[in-house]
Amino acid sequence: MAGTAILGGLVWRVGTLVERRSESATAHTLLLNVPDWPGHEAGQHVDVRLTAPDGYSAVRSYSIANAADGNHLELTVEELADGEVSPYLAETVVPGDPLEVRGPIGGWFVWQPSQTEPVQLVAGGSGIVPLMAMIRARAQAKSTAPFRLLYSVRSPQSVIYGDELRERAAQEASLEVTFAYTRTAPEGWPERPRRVDAEIVAAAAFSPERKPSCYVCGPTPFVETAANLLIAAGHDPERIKTERFGPSGTAA
Amino acid sequence: MGTANSPQMSEEKIVSRGFSGRRPAANTKLPPGQYLTQDFPVLSATPTPVVPLDRWEFTLKTESGDVRRWNWQEFRALPSVTINTDIHCVTRWSKFDTAWEGVAIDTLLDGVQSTAKYAMAHSYGGYTTNVPLADLRGGQAWVAFRYGGKDLEPEHGGPARLLVPHLYFWKSAKWVNGLTLMPQDEPGFWEQLGYHMYGDPWREQRYSGD
Repeated sequence: MAGTAILGGLVWRVGTLVERRSESATAHTLLLNVPDWPGHEAGQHVDVRLTAPDGYSAVRSYSIANAADGNHLELTVEELADGEVSPYLAETVVPGDPLEVRGPIGGWFVWQPSQTEPVQLVAGGSGIVPLMAMIRARAQAKSTAPFRLLYSVRSPQSVIYGDELRERAAQEASLEVTFAYTRTAPEGWPERPRRVDAEIVAAAAFSPERKPSCYVCGPTPFVETAANLLIAAGHDPERIKTERFGPSGTAA
Repeated sequence: MGTANSPQMSEEKIVSRGFSGRRPAANTKLPPGQYLTQDFPVLSATPTPVVPLDRWEFTLKTESGDVRRWNWQEFRALPSVTINTDIHCVTRWSKFDTAWEGVAIDTLLDGVQSTAKYAMAHSYGGYTTNVPLADLRGGQAWVAFRYGGKDLEPEHGGPARLLVPHLYFWKSAKWVNGLTLMPQDEPGFWEQLGYHMYGDPWREQRYSGD
Protein backbone atom coordinates (compact mmCIF):
# COMPACT_ATOMS: atom_id res chain seq x y z
CA MET A 1 0.00 0.00 0.00
CA ALA A 2 2.09 2.89 -1.21
CA GLY A 3 1.04 6.49 -1.61
CA THR A 4 2.30 9.99 -1.54
CA ALA A 5 3.32 11.63 1.68
CA ILE A 6 2.39 15.12 2.68
CA LEU A 7 5.77 16.71 3.24
CA GLY A 8 6.03 18.77 6.36
CA GLY A 9 3.00 20.30 7.99
CA LEU A 10 -0.08 21.72 6.38
CA VAL A 11 -0.50 25.45 6.15
CA TRP A 12 -3.68 27.50 6.07
CA ARG A 13 -3.55 29.66 2.95
CA VAL A 14 -5.80 32.54 2.08
CA GLY A 15 -7.26 32.03 -1.37
CA THR A 16 -9.57 34.36 -3.27
CA LEU A 17 -12.78 33.30 -4.96
CA VAL A 18 -12.44 34.12 -8.65
CA GLU A 19 -15.68 32.69 -9.95
CA ARG A 20 -18.52 30.39 -8.98
CA ARG A 21 -20.16 28.13 -11.54
CA SER A 22 -23.34 26.13 -11.25
CA GLU A 23 -22.82 22.51 -12.24
CA SER A 24 -26.27 21.13 -11.39
CA ALA A 25 -29.24 22.08 -9.25
CA THR A 26 -27.17 21.58 -6.11
CA ALA A 27 -23.52 21.42 -7.18
CA HIS A 28 -21.33 24.49 -7.57
CA THR A 29 -17.72 24.83 -8.62
CA LEU A 30 -15.60 27.43 -6.87
CA LEU A 31 -12.62 28.71 -8.83
CA LEU A 32 -10.00 29.93 -6.40
CA ASN A 33 -6.70 31.67 -6.71
CA VAL A 34 -4.44 30.42 -3.92
CA PRO A 35 -1.05 32.15 -3.76
CA ASP A 36 1.83 29.70 -3.29
CA TRP A 37 -0.40 26.69 -3.82
CA PRO A 38 2.07 23.77 -3.68
CA GLY A 39 0.25 21.77 -6.35
CA HIS A 40 -1.72 18.57 -5.89
CA GLU A 41 -2.40 15.16 -7.31
CA ALA A 42 -5.65 14.11 -8.89
CA GLY A 43 -7.90 12.69 -6.20
CA GLN A 44 -6.71 14.79 -3.27
CA HIS A 45 -8.87 17.11 -1.19
CA VAL A 46 -8.56 20.27 0.87
CA ASP A 47 -9.94 21.60 4.12
CA VAL A 48 -11.93 24.83 3.83
CA ARG A 49 -12.24 26.98 6.97
CA LEU A 50 -14.96 29.55 7.55
CA THR A 51 -14.70 31.91 10.50
CA ALA A 52 -17.45 34.03 12.08
CA PRO A 53 -16.72 37.51 13.47
CA ASP A 54 -16.47 36.11 17.02
CA GLY A 55 -13.72 33.66 15.96
CA TYR A 56 -15.91 30.57 15.74
CA SER A 57 -14.71 28.37 12.87
CA ALA A 58 -16.16 25.49 10.90
CA VAL A 59 -13.97 23.32 8.70
CA ARG A 60 -15.07 20.86 6.02
CA SER A 61 -13.21 18.85 3.40
CA TYR A 62 -13.86 19.14 -0.34
CA SER A 63 -12.41 17.27 -3.27
CA ILE A 64 -10.23 19.13 -5.72
CA ALA A 65 -11.80 19.02 -9.20
CA ASN A 66 -9.01 20.32 -11.41
CA ALA A 67 -5.63 19.06 -12.54
CA ALA A 68 -2.78 20.93 -10.88
CA ASP A 69 -2.37 24.33 -12.56
CA GLY A 70 -0.27 26.88 -10.67
CA ASN A 71 -2.30 28.82 -8.12
CA HIS A 72 -5.60 27.81 -9.67
CA LEU A 73 -7.77 25.53 -7.56
CA GLU A 74 -11.26 24.27 -8.35
CA LEU A 75 -13.54 22.78 -5.73
CA THR A 76 -16.94 21.36 -6.55
CA VAL A 77 -19.29 21.58 -3.60
CA GLU A 78 -22.60 19.78 -3.24
CA GLU A 79 -24.98 22.03 -1.32
CA LEU A 80 -26.55 20.21 1.60
CA ALA A 81 -29.86 21.76 2.67
CA ASP A 82 -29.01 21.44 6.36
CA GLY A 83 -25.29 22.03 5.93
CA GLU A 84 -23.30 24.55 7.93
CA VAL A 85 -20.57 25.25 5.38
CA SER A 86 -21.82 24.18 1.95
CA PRO A 87 -24.72 26.72 1.71
CA TYR A 88 -22.24 29.50 2.42
CA LEU A 89 -19.95 28.26 -0.34
CA ALA A 90 -22.85 27.70 -2.73
CA GLU A 91 -24.64 31.01 -2.17
CA THR A 92 -23.07 33.56 0.15
CA VAL A 93 -19.42 33.90 -0.79
CA VAL A 94 -18.86 36.13 -3.84
CA PRO A 95 -15.92 36.66 -6.19
CA GLY A 96 -13.21 38.67 -4.50
CA ASP A 97 -13.92 37.20 -1.06
CA PRO A 98 -11.11 35.42 0.77
CA LEU A 99 -11.40 31.73 1.57
CA GLU A 100 -9.00 29.82 3.80
CA VAL A 101 -7.86 26.45 2.53
CA ARG A 102 -5.22 23.96 3.58
CA GLY A 103 -3.95 21.00 1.69
CA PRO A 104 -3.59 19.07 -0.43
CA ILE A 105 -4.68 16.21 1.82
CA GLY A 106 -4.82 12.49 1.10
CA GLY A 107 -2.17 10.61 -0.83
CA TRP A 108 -3.92 7.26 -1.21
CA PHE A 109 -6.89 7.90 -3.47
CA VAL A 110 -4.79 9.49 -6.21
CA TRP A 111 -3.97 8.87 -9.84
CA GLN A 112 -0.52 9.79 -11.10
CA PRO A 113 0.37 10.36 -14.76
CA SER A 114 3.19 7.80 -14.37
CA GLN A 115 0.50 5.10 -14.13
CA THR A 116 0.06 3.46 -17.50
CA GLU A 117 -2.36 0.64 -16.63
CA PRO A 118 -6.08 0.85 -17.47
CA VAL A 119 -8.13 2.82 -14.96
CA GLN A 120 -11.70 2.05 -14.00
CA LEU A 121 -13.48 4.95 -12.34
CA VAL A 122 -16.81 4.39 -10.60
CA ALA A 123 -18.65 7.45 -9.28
CA GLY A 124 -21.86 7.77 -7.33
CA GLY A 125 -23.38 11.29 -7.30
CA SER A 126 -20.92 13.95 -6.21
CA GLY A 127 -18.30 11.21 -5.89
CA ILE A 128 -17.49 12.21 -9.45
CA VAL A 129 -15.39 15.19 -8.28
CA PRO A 130 -12.02 13.54 -7.48
CA LEU A 131 -12.50 11.21 -10.46
CA MET A 132 -13.03 14.22 -12.72
CA ALA A 133 -9.70 15.55 -11.48
CA MET A 134 -8.15 12.26 -12.64
CA ILE A 135 -9.79 12.54 -16.07
CA ARG A 136 -8.55 16.11 -16.39
CA ALA A 137 -5.06 15.21 -15.15
CA ARG A 138 -4.91 12.41 -17.71
CA ALA A 139 -5.71 14.87 -20.51
CA GLN A 140 -3.30 17.46 -19.16
CA ALA A 141 -0.47 14.91 -19.06
CA LYS A 142 -1.43 13.60 -22.53
CA SER A 143 -1.52 10.18 -20.91
CA THR A 144 -2.67 7.31 -23.09
CA ALA A 145 -3.71 5.14 -20.12
CA PRO A 146 -7.13 3.72 -21.03
CA PHE A 147 -9.80 5.22 -18.76
CA ARG A 148 -13.39 4.17 -18.25
CA LEU A 149 -15.87 6.01 -16.08
CA LEU A 150 -19.09 4.51 -14.80
CA TYR A 151 -21.10 7.40 -13.37
CA SER A 152 -24.22 6.62 -11.39
CA VAL A 153 -26.61 9.53 -10.90
CA ARG A 154 -30.18 9.99 -9.77
CA SER A 155 -31.41 11.83 -12.86
CA PRO A 156 -30.10 13.79 -15.87
CA GLN A 157 -30.51 16.99 -13.80
CA SER A 158 -28.09 15.75 -11.16
CA VAL A 159 -25.22 15.07 -13.55
CA ILE A 160 -22.13 17.16 -12.76
CA TYR A 161 -19.70 18.01 -15.60
CA GLY A 162 -22.09 16.36 -18.11
CA ASP A 163 -21.12 18.43 -21.16
CA GLU A 164 -17.42 18.19 -20.48
CA LEU A 165 -17.60 14.43 -19.95
CA ARG A 166 -19.51 13.89 -23.20
CA GLU A 167 -17.11 16.14 -25.06
CA ARG A 168 -14.01 14.48 -23.65
CA ALA A 169 -15.40 10.99 -24.32
CA ALA A 170 -16.03 12.01 -27.94
CA GLN A 171 -12.64 13.62 -28.45
CA GLU A 172 -10.13 11.80 -26.27
CA ALA A 173 -8.86 8.43 -27.39
CA SER A 174 -9.36 5.60 -24.91
CA LEU A 175 -11.68 7.49 -22.58
CA GLU A 176 -15.11 5.91 -22.27
CA VAL A 177 -17.93 7.32 -20.18
CA THR A 178 -21.07 5.41 -19.19
CA PHE A 179 -23.92 7.09 -17.36
CA ALA A 180 -26.23 5.01 -15.18
CA TYR A 181 -29.46 6.54 -13.89
CA THR A 182 -31.02 5.36 -10.64
CA ARG A 183 -34.37 7.23 -10.63
CA THR A 184 -35.05 9.02 -13.89
CA ALA A 185 -33.33 8.36 -17.21
CA PRO A 186 -33.31 10.73 -20.20
CA GLU A 187 -36.03 10.13 -22.75
CA GLY A 188 -35.23 7.19 -25.02
CA TRP A 189 -32.54 5.86 -22.67
CA PRO A 190 -32.09 2.15 -23.42
CA GLU A 191 -31.76 1.05 -19.80
CA ARG A 192 -34.44 1.19 -17.13
CA PRO A 193 -33.43 3.39 -14.18
CA ARG A 194 -31.91 1.30 -11.40
CA ARG A 195 -29.07 1.16 -8.95
CA VAL A 196 -25.74 -0.06 -10.30
CA ASP A 197 -25.83 -3.85 -10.54
CA ALA A 198 -23.68 -6.67 -11.93
CA GLU A 199 -25.12 -6.25 -15.41
CA ILE A 200 -24.27 -2.54 -15.54
CA VAL A 201 -20.77 -3.22 -14.23
CA ALA A 202 -20.23 -6.01 -16.77
CA ALA A 203 -21.29 -3.74 -19.63
CA ALA A 204 -19.41 -0.63 -18.58
CA ALA A 205 -16.26 -1.73 -16.77
CA PHE A 206 -12.95 -3.15 -17.95
CA SER A 207 -12.75 -6.89 -17.60
CA PRO A 208 -10.61 -8.10 -14.69
CA GLU A 209 -8.13 -9.56 -17.22
CA ARG A 210 -7.12 -6.01 -18.13
CA LYS A 211 -6.05 -5.56 -14.49
CA PRO A 212 -7.35 -2.01 -14.19
CA SER A 213 -6.72 0.12 -11.15
CA CYS A 214 -10.19 0.87 -9.80
CA TYR A 215 -11.23 4.04 -8.02
CA VAL A 216 -14.67 4.06 -6.42
CA CYS A 217 -16.07 7.23 -4.86
CA GLY A 218 -19.47 8.20 -3.54
CA PRO A 219 -21.77 7.82 -0.56
CA THR A 220 -20.92 4.86 1.68
CA PRO A 221 -23.73 2.49 0.58
CA PHE A 222 -22.88 3.14 -3.07
CA VAL A 223 -19.19 2.49 -2.51
CA GLU A 224 -19.88 -0.71 -0.59
CA THR A 225 -22.13 -1.96 -3.37
CA ALA A 226 -19.89 -0.92 -6.25
CA ALA A 227 -16.68 -2.26 -4.70
CA ASN A 228 -18.37 -5.57 -3.93
CA LEU A 229 -19.69 -5.77 -7.52
CA LEU A 230 -16.18 -5.24 -8.86
CA ILE A 231 -14.83 -7.96 -6.58
CA ALA A 232 -17.67 -10.31 -7.58
CA ALA A 233 -16.82 -9.62 -11.23
CA GLY A 234 -13.29 -10.86 -10.55
CA HIS A 235 -11.36 -7.66 -9.80
CA ASP A 236 -8.56 -7.97 -7.26
CA PRO A 237 -9.54 -6.15 -4.03
CA GLU A 238 -5.96 -4.90 -3.83
CA ARG A 239 -6.48 -2.94 -7.04
CA ILE A 240 -9.57 -1.18 -5.74
CA LYS A 241 -9.27 2.12 -3.91
CA THR A 242 -12.31 3.62 -2.28
CA GLU A 243 -13.31 7.00 -0.97
CA ARG A 244 -16.52 7.17 1.01
CA PHE A 245 -18.39 10.43 1.49
CA GLY A 246 -19.60 10.86 5.03
CA PRO A 247 -21.93 13.61 6.21
CA SER A 248 -19.07 16.10 6.13
CA GLY A 249 -18.49 15.73 2.41
CA THR A 250 -15.22 14.23 1.29
CA ALA A 251 -13.35 12.24 3.83
CA ALA A 252 -9.87 10.96 4.06
CA MET B 1 -5.87 24.58 15.70
CA GLY B 2 -2.37 24.88 16.98
CA THR B 3 -0.90 28.11 15.77
CA ALA B 4 1.33 28.01 18.84
CA ASN B 5 2.98 24.70 18.03
CA SER B 6 3.10 24.93 14.25
CA PRO B 7 4.72 28.13 13.07
CA GLN B 8 3.95 27.41 9.40
CA MET B 9 0.24 27.98 9.80
CA SER B 10 -1.27 31.37 9.11
CA GLU B 11 -1.21 33.42 12.29
CA GLU B 12 -4.69 34.87 12.09
CA LYS B 13 -7.94 33.37 10.99
CA ILE B 14 -9.66 35.37 8.28
CA VAL B 15 -13.26 36.31 9.02
CA SER B 16 -15.62 35.01 6.34
CA ARG B 17 -17.96 37.88 5.51
CA GLY B 18 -21.57 36.83 6.03
CA PHE B 19 -20.77 33.61 7.87
CA SER B 20 -22.31 33.17 11.27
CA GLY B 21 -21.99 29.41 11.67
CA ARG B 22 -23.86 27.05 13.86
CA ARG B 23 -22.21 26.70 17.22
CA PRO B 24 -22.77 23.41 18.88
CA ALA B 25 -24.23 23.76 22.39
CA ALA B 26 -21.35 24.10 24.81
CA ASN B 27 -20.24 20.54 25.21
CA THR B 28 -17.20 19.56 27.16
CA LYS B 29 -17.30 16.08 25.62
CA LEU B 30 -16.69 17.42 22.11
CA PRO B 31 -13.03 17.91 21.13
CA PRO B 32 -12.12 21.07 19.18
CA GLY B 33 -13.16 21.13 15.52
CA GLN B 34 -15.52 18.17 15.90
CA TYR B 35 -19.29 18.00 15.46
CA LEU B 36 -21.68 15.50 16.94
CA THR B 37 -23.35 12.90 14.76
CA GLN B 38 -25.96 10.29 15.57
CA ASP B 39 -24.94 8.22 12.53
CA PHE B 40 -21.98 5.93 12.37
CA PRO B 41 -20.26 7.00 9.15
CA VAL B 42 -17.99 4.51 7.43
CA LEU B 43 -14.58 5.56 6.13
CA SER B 44 -12.13 3.11 4.64
CA ALA B 45 -9.53 3.28 1.92
CA THR B 46 -10.24 -0.16 0.52
CA PRO B 47 -13.13 -2.52 -0.14
CA THR B 48 -14.52 -4.22 2.94
CA PRO B 49 -12.64 -7.52 3.37
CA VAL B 50 -14.62 -10.67 4.00
CA VAL B 51 -13.06 -12.60 6.86
CA PRO B 52 -14.71 -15.95 7.65
CA LEU B 53 -14.49 -16.71 11.38
CA ASP B 54 -12.96 -20.15 10.78
CA ARG B 55 -10.04 -18.44 9.03
CA TRP B 56 -9.74 -15.50 11.42
CA GLU B 57 -6.54 -15.30 13.42
CA PHE B 58 -4.97 -12.68 15.65
CA THR B 59 -1.18 -12.58 15.95
CA LEU B 60 0.82 -10.78 18.63
CA LYS B 61 4.49 -10.48 17.77
CA THR B 62 7.09 -9.03 20.13
CA GLU B 63 10.20 -7.12 19.14
CA SER B 64 12.26 -10.25 19.80
CA GLY B 65 10.14 -12.29 17.40
CA ASP B 66 8.05 -14.22 19.94
CA VAL B 67 4.62 -14.90 18.54
CA ARG B 68 1.26 -15.60 20.16
CA ARG B 69 -1.73 -16.60 18.08
CA TRP B 70 -5.43 -16.88 18.77
CA ASN B 71 -8.04 -18.34 16.46
CA TRP B 72 -11.58 -17.04 16.79
CA GLN B 73 -12.61 -19.69 19.31
CA GLU B 74 -9.56 -19.07 21.48
CA PHE B 75 -9.96 -15.33 21.20
CA ARG B 76 -13.61 -15.44 22.21
CA ALA B 77 -12.74 -17.65 25.17
CA LEU B 78 -10.69 -14.78 26.62
CA PRO B 79 -12.38 -12.60 29.23
CA SER B 80 -14.18 -9.69 27.59
CA VAL B 81 -15.56 -6.44 28.89
CA THR B 82 -18.18 -3.96 27.80
CA ILE B 83 -17.02 -0.47 26.92
CA ASN B 84 -19.07 2.70 26.74
CA THR B 85 -17.15 5.45 25.06
CA ASP B 86 -17.17 8.50 22.81
CA ILE B 87 -15.41 8.19 19.46
CA HIS B 88 -13.84 10.93 17.34
CA CYS B 89 -13.05 10.67 13.62
CA VAL B 90 -10.41 12.88 12.01
CA THR B 91 -13.02 13.77 9.37
CA ARG B 92 -14.64 15.75 12.19
CA TRP B 93 -17.55 13.68 13.38
CA SER B 94 -17.79 12.53 16.95
CA LYS B 95 -20.27 10.04 18.32
CA PHE B 96 -21.09 9.82 22.01
CA ASP B 97 -21.81 6.84 24.22
CA THR B 98 -21.07 4.04 21.79
CA ALA B 99 -21.36 0.56 23.33
CA TRP B 100 -18.81 -2.12 22.56
CA GLU B 101 -17.69 -5.47 23.81
CA GLY B 102 -14.09 -6.56 23.44
CA VAL B 103 -10.98 -8.12 24.86
CA ALA B 104 -8.62 -5.69 26.58
CA ILE B 105 -5.17 -5.41 25.01
CA ASP B 106 -3.92 -5.88 28.60
CA THR B 107 -5.38 -9.39 28.42
CA LEU B 108 -3.58 -10.14 25.16
CA LEU B 109 -0.32 -8.75 26.55
CA ASP B 110 -0.62 -10.60 29.85
CA GLY B 111 2.68 -12.40 30.53
CA VAL B 112 4.34 -11.10 27.37
CA GLN B 113 8.00 -10.18 27.82
CA SER B 114 8.67 -6.92 26.05
CA THR B 115 10.36 -3.59 26.53
CA ALA B 116 8.83 -2.19 23.33
CA LYS B 117 7.38 1.31 23.47
CA TYR B 118 5.26 1.14 20.31
CA ALA B 119 2.96 -1.18 18.46
CA MET B 120 1.89 -1.50 14.84
CA ALA B 121 -1.64 -2.77 14.35
CA HIS B 122 -2.18 -4.88 11.22
CA SER B 123 -5.44 -5.61 9.48
CA TYR B 124 -6.95 -7.87 6.87
CA GLY B 125 -6.74 -5.90 3.63
CA GLY B 126 -3.28 -4.56 4.47
CA TYR B 127 -4.11 -1.55 6.65
CA THR B 128 -1.67 -0.61 9.40
CA THR B 129 -1.58 2.02 12.14
CA ASN B 130 0.94 2.81 14.87
CA VAL B 131 0.08 3.41 18.52
CA PRO B 132 2.35 3.83 21.55
CA LEU B 133 2.12 0.71 23.68
CA ALA B 134 1.32 2.83 26.74
CA ASP B 135 -1.87 3.91 24.96
CA LEU B 136 -2.89 0.31 24.45
CA ARG B 137 -2.34 -0.66 28.11
CA GLY B 138 -4.17 0.22 31.28
CA GLY B 139 -7.71 -0.48 30.11
CA GLN B 140 -7.53 2.09 27.30
CA ALA B 141 -7.74 -0.20 24.27
CA TRP B 142 -9.49 -3.36 23.18
CA VAL B 143 -10.01 -5.74 20.31
CA ALA B 144 -13.75 -5.21 19.95
CA PHE B 145 -16.12 -7.74 18.39
CA ARG B 146 -19.56 -6.45 19.33
CA TYR B 147 -21.09 -3.03 18.77
CA GLY B 148 -24.48 -1.86 20.01
CA GLY B 149 -25.26 -5.34 21.29
CA LYS B 150 -24.67 -7.03 17.94
CA ASP B 151 -21.77 -8.74 16.25
CA LEU B 152 -19.59 -6.08 14.68
CA GLU B 153 -20.61 -5.62 11.05
CA PRO B 154 -17.92 -6.02 8.37
CA GLU B 155 -18.27 -2.41 7.20
CA HIS B 156 -17.50 -1.23 10.74
CA GLY B 157 -14.51 -3.54 11.00
CA GLY B 158 -15.98 -6.93 11.88
CA PRO B 159 -15.30 -9.61 12.87
CA ALA B 160 -13.04 -7.55 15.15
CA ARG B 161 -11.44 -4.15 15.23
CA LEU B 162 -9.01 -2.34 17.44
CA LEU B 163 -10.71 0.19 19.72
CA VAL B 164 -8.50 3.03 21.03
CA PRO B 165 -11.17 5.64 21.60
CA HIS B 166 -8.99 8.32 23.19
CA LEU B 167 -7.19 8.75 19.83
CA TYR B 168 -8.70 9.71 16.46
CA PHE B 169 -10.61 6.75 15.13
CA TRP B 170 -8.23 5.86 12.29
CA LYS B 171 -6.06 4.41 15.07
CA SER B 172 -8.89 1.97 15.83
CA ALA B 173 -7.94 -0.32 12.95
CA LYS B 174 -10.85 -2.16 11.36
CA TRP B 175 -10.50 -5.88 10.55
CA VAL B 176 -7.52 -6.03 12.90
CA ASN B 177 -5.52 -9.25 12.84
CA GLY B 178 -2.42 -8.49 14.79
CA LEU B 179 -0.12 -6.28 16.79
CA THR B 180 3.63 -6.06 16.27
CA LEU B 181 5.57 -4.56 19.16
CA MET B 182 8.35 -2.18 18.13
CA PRO B 183 11.20 -0.50 20.00
CA GLN B 184 10.88 2.60 17.79
CA ASP B 185 7.82 4.39 16.45
CA GLU B 186 7.08 3.80 12.77
CA PRO B 187 4.31 5.32 10.66
CA GLY B 188 1.36 3.18 9.61
CA PHE B 189 -0.81 3.57 6.54
CA TRP B 190 -2.35 7.03 7.03
CA GLU B 191 0.64 8.21 9.06
CA GLN B 192 2.87 7.65 6.01
CA LEU B 193 0.40 9.77 4.04
CA GLY B 194 0.79 12.78 6.29
CA TYR B 195 -1.57 12.07 9.14
CA HIS B 196 -0.36 12.62 12.69
CA MET B 197 1.81 9.96 14.35
CA TYR B 198 -0.16 10.15 17.61
CA GLY B 199 -3.61 11.61 16.80
CA ASP B 200 -4.93 13.15 20.03
CA PRO B 201 -8.35 14.68 19.24
CA TRP B 202 -8.12 17.05 22.23
CA ARG B 203 -4.96 18.56 20.76
CA GLU B 204 -6.36 18.39 17.21
CA GLN B 205 -3.45 16.29 16.00
CA ARG B 206 -4.93 15.57 12.58
CA TYR B 207 -1.97 15.97 10.26
CA SER B 208 1.78 15.84 10.70
CA GLY B 209 2.83 19.21 12.07
CA ASP B 210 -0.46 19.81 13.95
